[in-house]
Amino acid sequence: MPLGRAGESIAAAFLEAAGLTIKDRNWRDGRRGELDLVAYDGAAGQLVFVEVRTRRGTGFGSGLEAITPEKFRQVRRVAGAWLAQHPTSLRCRIDLVGVTIPWRPGHALPPGDPTGWSDVDVSWVQGATL
Amino acid sequence: MKSTVARALGIALVGLEGHIVDVQTQVGSGLVCFSIVGVSDASLREARERVRAALQSCGIVLPDRHTTVNLSPASLHKYGSGFDLAIAMSVMAANSLVRPEAMGDTVFLAELGLDGALRSVPGVLPCLAAATRLGIHRAVVPTACVSEAKLVPDMEVLACDHLAQVIGWAGGEAVRPRVVGATTPAPAVKTAPTGTGPDMWDVRGQAEARFALEVAAAGGHHLFLLGEPGSGKTMLASRLTTILPPLDHRSSLEVTAVHSVAGVLDARHGLVTQPPLQPPHHSATMPAIIGGGSGIPRPGAVSLAHGGVLLLDEAAEFQPAVLDALRQPLEQGTVTVHRSGATTRYPAAFQLVLASNPCPCGMDGARRHVCTCSSIQKRRYIARLSGPLLDRIDITVRMRQPTRADLANDSREHSATIRQRVLQARQRSARRLKDTPWRLNAHVPGSWLRERSGIDPSVMRQLDAAVDAGKLSLRGADRVLRLSWTLADLAGHTTPTLPDVGKALQLRGGTIHE
Repeated sequence: MPLGRAGESIAAAFLEAAGLTIKDRNWRDGRRGELDLVAYDGAAGQLVFVEVRTRRGTGFGSGLEAITPEKFRQVRRVAGAWLAQHPTSLRCRIDLVGVTIPWRPGHALPPGDPTGWSDVDVSWVQGATL
Repeated sequence: MKSTVARALGIALVGLEGHIVDVQTQVGSGLVCFSIVGVSDASLREARERVRAALQSCGIVLPDRHTTVNLSPASLHKYGSGFDLAIAMSVMAANSLVRPEAMGDTVFLAELGLDGALRSVPGVLPCLAAATRLGIHRAVVPTACVSEAKLVPDMEVLACDHLAQVIGWAGGEAVRPRVVGATTPAPAVKTAPTGTGPDMWDVRGQAEARFALEVAAAGGHHLFLLGEPGSGKTMLASRLTTILPPLDHRSSLEVTAVHSVAGVLDARHGLVTQPPLQPPHHSATMPAIIGGGSGIPRPGAVSLAHGGVLLLDEAAEFQPAVLDALRQPLEQGTVTVHRSGATTRYPAAFQLVLASNPCPCGMDGARRHVCTCSSIQKRRYIARLSGPLLDRIDITVRMRQPTRADLANDSREHSATIRQRVLQARQRSARRLKDTPWRLNAHVPGSWLRERSGIDPSVMRQLDAAVDAGKLSLRGADRVLRLSWTLADLAGHTTPTLPDVGKALQLRGGTIHE
């Protein structure tokens, strides 16, 4: 399993544990981009578009640091496309999830289901703005 | 997500005037980033990279937050790297990594190296002097600047050499990184052996010019040395500062502050107490002489010569526009420079010494050589020194190479001996002028000299007769009066005698344009 997919699984499990419902995963809008996760936050009554960034170790900065303003604008654009196809009256927000997996020699990922990996660090920014 | 705002204090200099800068840091939600606002200068924008690197080097892990640093007031033009430490400490406080109480009444003044080392910045003295005026009495400065910072009274100075040390002082935890590669060699301590500096003892012959120099020193008169190459103009002129009395406390502070802002201060010797000598090369441009640069003007040679001597060697080779720009500082003792970032005023009360050849080949009037210049060339050459500039010069000395007879009849003196006489003469004139705004004879206007100085009427009559006969202009007569008073002060006369006036007439030498 590639690193990004593993990170998305971890993030999805993390958000579900926090009480969110995952509504869509890896929704593509042609060449324009992809939404990693679309979730429903029942507590806040909001629809959440989630961008997940995964890093092995922090040598190149944390996952959250890797989300640039350009990436953020892209997520916002694609979220608009998703909403056009799934009309809703819910309020929307964009969340960022940074997943840091411990670095292991040879860049190998731990075996087994990503959601069961240990020492994984997840940070969640709710309602990010530029 | 909760947001925290922290503040640390820095100081921005506009000219010699310091302003408190509030370095605010806010950490809040948003994309992870670290941005600095309220700056326009390139060296300050780079502070972001230096601060980030220095904090990382000290083992500080900043949380993934949206961090904004603001240097307030944003409208004030700030420049240089002196805010690095204040920014770093503000960021630390915003992330609750240090105790904010420690930073309440402290200014931070240092550049950060990528390893977190504190590096010296120019202008520490005026910055801290401004801070005490604004009621701040504690400062953190780099160890390299501590002797300069200690010159400021009522200021508790904390000298640190590394960011980790400052963080530790403020109650945080940090480590010093390992730095590989080249090490900074310790600066060689230059101790000039006493008695080897320039001294009037080195000058042989030229008794007349040496006397003129003494008069110039005693009265603060501007001086023009005109003569052939090798006659010792430069040698003599560069020794004027050795016979000037030391600076008084106020000018000493001003001079030290200007030198500090210009980054040429050697603070190991404390305040600058010796009058400085500035000998700019004749290719110098207007900003180099008057002060300038982009954004905020930096002091030029006239300000670095404040309290001392501005020596323009080969004066006629300077651009005429540069020479004429000296008129404002000569008149007002200060110089005002306008730039996009600010208008600043620096002190510029200097004694002007011009030295020049009489013509392009230099041999006009020489004993052993023949001048090869045409009369037109000669006139053009000397006309580069404008009338208004020469108007402000009280003493003109024509110099020649000394003959063997001159050297044989020599009566050399040490600078210290002459300085003693100069000091006494200055004390006499200061006592006489104590109820006036002036301190030196050169600054006294002619009208006051005529009416209020108590000069002997018979002496005045002689001068008026010379004016009537067309031998002397009115302005020239004023100059002779001023010089007469200086000569009287040097000789210990209570009022100028006829011989004093005679000598003054000789020293005035007539300007070339008259």
